Formats: sequence, structure tokens, C-alpha cells
Amino acid sequence: MELNDIIRPENRVYKKPSLLNDAHMHYCPGCSHGVVHKLVAEVIEEMGLQEKAIGVSPVGCAVFAYNYIDIDWLEAAHGRAPAMATATKRLMPDKLVFTYQGDGDLSAIGTAETIHAANRGENIVIIFINNAIYGMTGGQMAPTTLLGQKTATCPYGRRADLNGYPLAISNLLAQLDGTCYVTRQTVYSPAAVRKTKAALKKAFQNSMDGKGCSVVEVVSTCNTGWKLTPVKANEWLQENMFAKYPLGDLKNNE
Amino acid sequence: MKEEIVIAGFGGQGVLSMGKILAYSGLMEDKEVTWMPSYGPEQRGGTANVTVIVSDERISSPILNMYDTAVVLNQQSLDKFEKMVKPGGVLIYDSYGINTPPTRTDIKIYRIEATEATIEINNSKAFNMIVLGAYLKVKPVVTIENVLKGLKKTLPERHWHLIPMNEEALKKGATLIKE
Amino acid sequence: MNDKVTLMKGNEALAVAAIRYGADGYFGYPITPQSEVLEKLEEEMPWETTGMVVLQAESEVAAINMVYAGASCGKTVLTSTSSPGFSLMQEGMSYMAASEVPALVINVMRGGPGLGTIHPSQADYFQAVKGGGHGDYRLITLAPASVQEMVDFVALGWDLAFKYRAVSMILADGVIGQMMEKVVLPEQRPRHTEEWIRENCPWAVNGRKGMRPKNIITSLELDDDKMEENNHRFQATYREIEKNEQRCELINTDDCDYLIVAFGSMARISQKAMELAAEEGIKVGIARPITLWPFPVDAIRKAAQGVKGILSVELSAGQMIEDIKLATECNYPVDLFCRLGGNVPAPDEILNALKEKLVNKLG
Repeated sequence: MELNDIIRPENRVYKKPSLLNDAHMHYCPGCSHGVVHKLVAEVIEEMGLQEKAIGVSPVGCAVFAYNYIDIDWLEAAHGRAPAMATATKRLMPDKLVFTYQGDGDLSAIGTAETIHAANRGENIVIIFINNAIYGMTGGQMAPTTLLGQKTATCPYGRRADLNGYPLAISNLLAQLDGTCYVTRQTVYSPAAVRKTKAALKKAFQNSMDGKGCSVVEVVSTCNTGWKLTPVKANEWLQENMFAKYPLGDLKNNE
Repeated sequence: MKEEIVIAGFGGQGVLSMGKILAYSGLMEDKEVTWMPSYGPEQRGGTANVTVIVSDERISSPILNMYDTAVVLNQQSLDKFEKMVKPGGVLIYDSYGINTPPTRTDIKIYRIEATEATIEINNSKAFNMIVLGAYLKVKPVVTIENVLKGLKKTLPERHWHLIPMNEEALKKGATLIKE
Repeated sequence: MNDKVTLMKGNEALAVAAIRYGADGYFGYPITPQSEVLEKLEEEMPWETTGMVVLQAESEVAAINMVYAGASCGKTVLTSTSSPGFSLMQEGMSYMAASEVPALVINVMRGGPGLGTIHPSQADYFQAVKGGGHGDYRLITLAPASVQEMVDFVALGWDLAFKYRAVSMILADGVIGQMMEKVVLPEQRPRHTEEWIRENCPWAVNGRKGMRPKNIITSLELDDDKMEENNHRFQATYREIEKNEQRCELINTDDCDYLIVAFGSMARISQKAMELAAEEGIKVGIARPITLWPFPVDAIRKAAQGVKGILSVELSAGQMIEDIKLATECNYPVDLFCRLGGNVPAPDEILNALKEKLVNKLG
């Protein structure tokens, strides 16, 4: 059998989604963002929503998401993505509108916009990358930073008496009448990636069906911020993050 | 024709709405009008006043320091606005609760018993319409007919049945003016 | 009298004018003295008629970012607020300027600084005309002096915003917002269709219909050279606006000894002061800037010719006076009369100030 006999469409087992372009990503090797970007592109393509999708990128590591996924994008001021998504979806209800936000953007500076967009039941999807640290600005403490976890602004480990407690904001969002689907997923293994993909698909479908606000939290790694190798970061994630941020659906209104 | 009026009293006496009805009536006569209220927390129980200007020509300032007519409905407003009536102008005041009556001799002063008139016609809500009736007797800047038209414009339809009662109050007010 | 003529509060007139223009969306947060804008919109329920979206946001910060998004989608959107709320919106204003999106923002000013008072003020002049947020940008700033202009400037504001891909603002004050006047309402215009937006706003974020190249609205450009280039493009637009869009009303300026420059409610009150001055034989003219940015330099210069002195009448502690001095290149004595913190002068106060500061000194 020649190589050319193998390279045939029917033999293809994996393909990069066509909405994910060839631009060189600025993400660190080992970062979860790349995986989630691919899933977003893949799901939009599979659902045939490429002409209707509008993403709102945050301030944070994912600020340049618009450079990698070939749909229309808005780039929000820090924390304001849910407000922008609100207006976009209300003005164009036939579009798929989602935000893509990190833990600083969503659960610190943008808490008000997040909670109120969710509580109003805006028909948007909020994709929440929770890696318990500020990546872009160089590894400072996030609201989701674990107790004892060291960051540039809690160099001796987060202390409740000094810095308060880690914020499981998805649990808060699940309690709001406006959310229809709140789930916590991760992408450290192929099985987890498949589950996250299914969650995104459900969330996007909810948006198109006008069911309310869907939140997909992805418990993620930031190996650079955590000062670990990618493999060690995956291990640290399993050993530490899931205790505070357990996986699974927090709410699922069928 | 240009008439510059201030109406002043306690919040709740219908000062602002009386001004509004007058302004609408002016509009019905195709006149230029402005209605400029004092606004804010003082409206709730404190003093309230409104400046209404009805004119044949374009109106410059909605805020004035001198008025052709002052309609005052409590002592505080009387103290404040008596001195702001133009010489030869008109001051109309409700006698109720007035301890220090006006003293100027270069203006025409009308003391009316509007609060008592509400008791006579058994309708305390018509107070401002009684006062308006008195004012229009002195200064017929708009016709009663146009006041009623203006009322119709400001009131939601479910309240239109109150218009005859308001007409009665306007007429009652006119009888309070004694030369 | 036809039924388009009515009596309306300035704030309510803004709301009705927005609906009639064919607005797609209003996003705002209540604050005195302009809450009637949102109240009137909710009462009118335009979503049942024109399809306009009306949303009470959770804050001014959210509201301005909703407007930013709507504008980025090529939609005809607005917000309204008063001074403390406008301060909160500055970040969004800067982002919109940097993203070159057309929007309408209304500030019905109240007394500051801080929480201040709820009464009329013009102390956000600098914040409006010099760009209140970060970076080099300008806002087309329209100053209505009547309820009719509240209506007319909604249309003018959006027309200019779409013409230049810039943010227009209506800078009113509590007097104009709260007073009622006779007003002629325009005919209802249809909202822009998606086809119109795709044709006229090819940059708009509205989905890759027909898999057109993707549109991105962002204010971020980390390459300094490219960001400098962007800035030069913004400035070129601003110079174009300065050239084309200066507006000013001149009253009795052909033969006057003293010139009052005032905008909004202060121009109205100054007119009465001018009438009082005429009774005393003092010849006063008024220049009323309608656009505060671009400042009507040419008209002010023309009006100033031959006058003995100029009085800037403001509800701020000497803000517009700087632009008057720049416009007249300090060739004339210019003095200031102001009331602050929510106080509004009566016409005689302005006349007395004119006499004290100019007439008695300059003869």
C-alpha cells in the first residue's frame, strides 16, 4: 500500500476545523486555551453556525481569540463581555452569541455584568476558562485562586484572612432563574475534551433555541503561571482544582 | 401677548400639574409655552414651584427673576415671590395658613379662599383647578374651553369622566375673585 | 394645530425622537435628572411597534458597553445618563472612539463634582469636548437649547455619527431635560434593514453571511506603529469634522458692543438678559455654540469683531471660556460669569455681571 492510498478522505481520523485558521497562536504550550478554541471552532462548524456566530473576546490571555477562529468578533473592555453579548443577541436574536472569558474577566472585574446577564436569562453562552490565576499580566492572584496556592500577588500562598476565599462563581450562576444550563468541565484528557465538546454543543443549541443563559466553565491549566511543566500542570489540576471545582452539570434544564 | 407666571406652594397641592394644564391650554391656542419646574426631593412635601410662560412669540429664558403674575399657596412662597412680581403685576394668594399678608402697593393683590372653597364643593382634589379658575378670571390668557381641551390631553382616558368636575371647580374659582 | 405638535419634557422628547428616528436599541441606567428618558421608552413600548430594543442595564458601565456592542453591529443605538453616570461611561467612550463605531450618548448634566446635586450644571464641558476617557479622541458634541432641539439633535447626532463613524453626544442640562415646551415631532422613520447595514456598514459585526471575510471590532493594536497609524486616521477624521460641522447661532451680533457666549439653557437665560440690557441701552449680542466640539471658531471670531468685550456665561467654573480665548486668540477682553453646583442664574444676575465685569470697566 502506497502513502497516497492511505491519504484519502474516508481514512481521515482527525482534521483541524476549517474555522480554526493557521495563525500562530500566542498561547503557551500546554495551555488549555488552544484546546477550547479548537472545540469552539469545531462545534460552530458542525452545527452549521459559521455565518451566524459572533464571539465576544475578553481582556486576558484570550484577548486575541479573534485572530484564531474565523467568525465575527467583538473585543470587550475588561469584564464587559456579557454586557456586549447581551446587546448583540437582543439586537440580532437569530445569531449565535457567546463570550469567552477568563477568571479575572468574569469573576473579578466583570462579576456584575456576568451575574446580571445570566440573571436576565440572556440567550447567550458564557464560556469560562478557570485556571485560578491571571495569565496575561504575569501570574497574579485570581478570585478563583485556591487557598495556599502561590501567585505573584500572594507569593506565600493565598490566605483566607488576607485574600478571602476562592470563588466558585458557577455555583452562584446555577442558582439564578435566568440560567438554563451551567456545567463545569475540563480538557486535561481526551475523554474530558469530548465531554466539554458535548457541553458546548448543548450550550450553543440553548442559545439558538432561546432557552436562557448557558455557562460552560472549563477548569483549565496555566502551566506557565503555575510554574509547572504541561504534564505536571495536568497532574496538579487533578490533584488540587477538582476538590474546589468539582466537575459535572450544576444545572441542566431540559 | 406674553404672560410670565410663577405658581408656588407645598408639594402635593397640585402646583406642577396646574402649571402643566395652563401650558397645555396655551398650546391649544397655538401659543408658545414653556413649563419649568423646580424638581427633586423638595417636591415631596416641601415647597414646589413652576414657571409657566405663555407667549405669541418665541420665548427666550424659561427661568425668570420677575413675573407678571405670582400665584402663591403658602407663606413660604409668599415671602419668596411677593418681591418678584413686576410693578403693576398681579399676586394671587390663598388665605389659608397665611399669617403675614403681602404689603406691596404697586401691584394688584387678590386674596382668595381656595382651601375653603374645596370644602364648599366637597372636593379637596380640585384645589388647584379652583386656583386656576381664579387666576384665569384675573388674567384670561387662555379660554376655559381650551383648559378643558388641555385637560383632556393630559389626562389618561380613564379619567375623562372627571372633566365636568374640573369645569365646576374652574367656575367656582372664578367666583372667588373680588375686586 | 396638527397632531405632531405637542407639549413635552426635554427628556421625554429625547425618547420619542429616538423611536421616531428608527433606533434599534436603548441601553441605560436611571439617574436624576434624566430618568424620564428610560421611563418614557418603557411606557411607549417601541418593541411592539418598530422592534426597538429597550433595556435597563445593571449599571452605566454595562449600559455603555451594550451601546458599544450595538454600535459595533452597525445598529442605531443610544444611551442617556447624567454626570456621575457619564464619568462611569468614559472607558466605553474611549473604546468606541478607538473602534470607530457610530453611537449616540446623551448627558443631561447635573451639579458636581462627586455625587453633587441633582440640579442643572454644565460642568462636564471639558469631559465632553476634550475627550473624558483615556487616549486622544473627540466626541461630536451637540448642545440643545430647547426641547425642539432635543428632538432635532437626536437625528443630527446619529446622522453625523454614521457619516464619520464617530460618537455623537448630546450635552444637555437639567433645565432643558426637565422643562416642557412646544415641540414638533418628526415622522416615524423605518429602522435600518440588515441589507442596509451590510451595504452601508461593511465593517459591522453581524455574522459572516455568505462567508464574507470576518469582521472584528477591537480597540486593541499592540503594534505601536500600527496604533500610531490608527491615531493619525482618527485625527484626520476629527480635522474633517472641525472643517465641516461647526454650528453656532448668532443673535444680534451684527451691531453689539458686548458679546455673550453661552450654550444650552444659559444661552436662553442670557437672551433674556440681552433683552433687559437693551432696555437700558446696552447693546449685547449672543453667540450660542450648537456644536461644542467642534467649537464654532469661525462664527465666534466673526461675532467678536468690533466688540468691547466678551462674557462667557457658564454653569461651570470657567471651562468654555478657554475655547473662547483660543478662538478669538486673546484679542478681546474675555471674562466669566458662572453659577456652580446646581444653581442657575436668573436673567438679572447675568445682566449685573455683564455690567460689573465689562460695561463699567470698558465703558
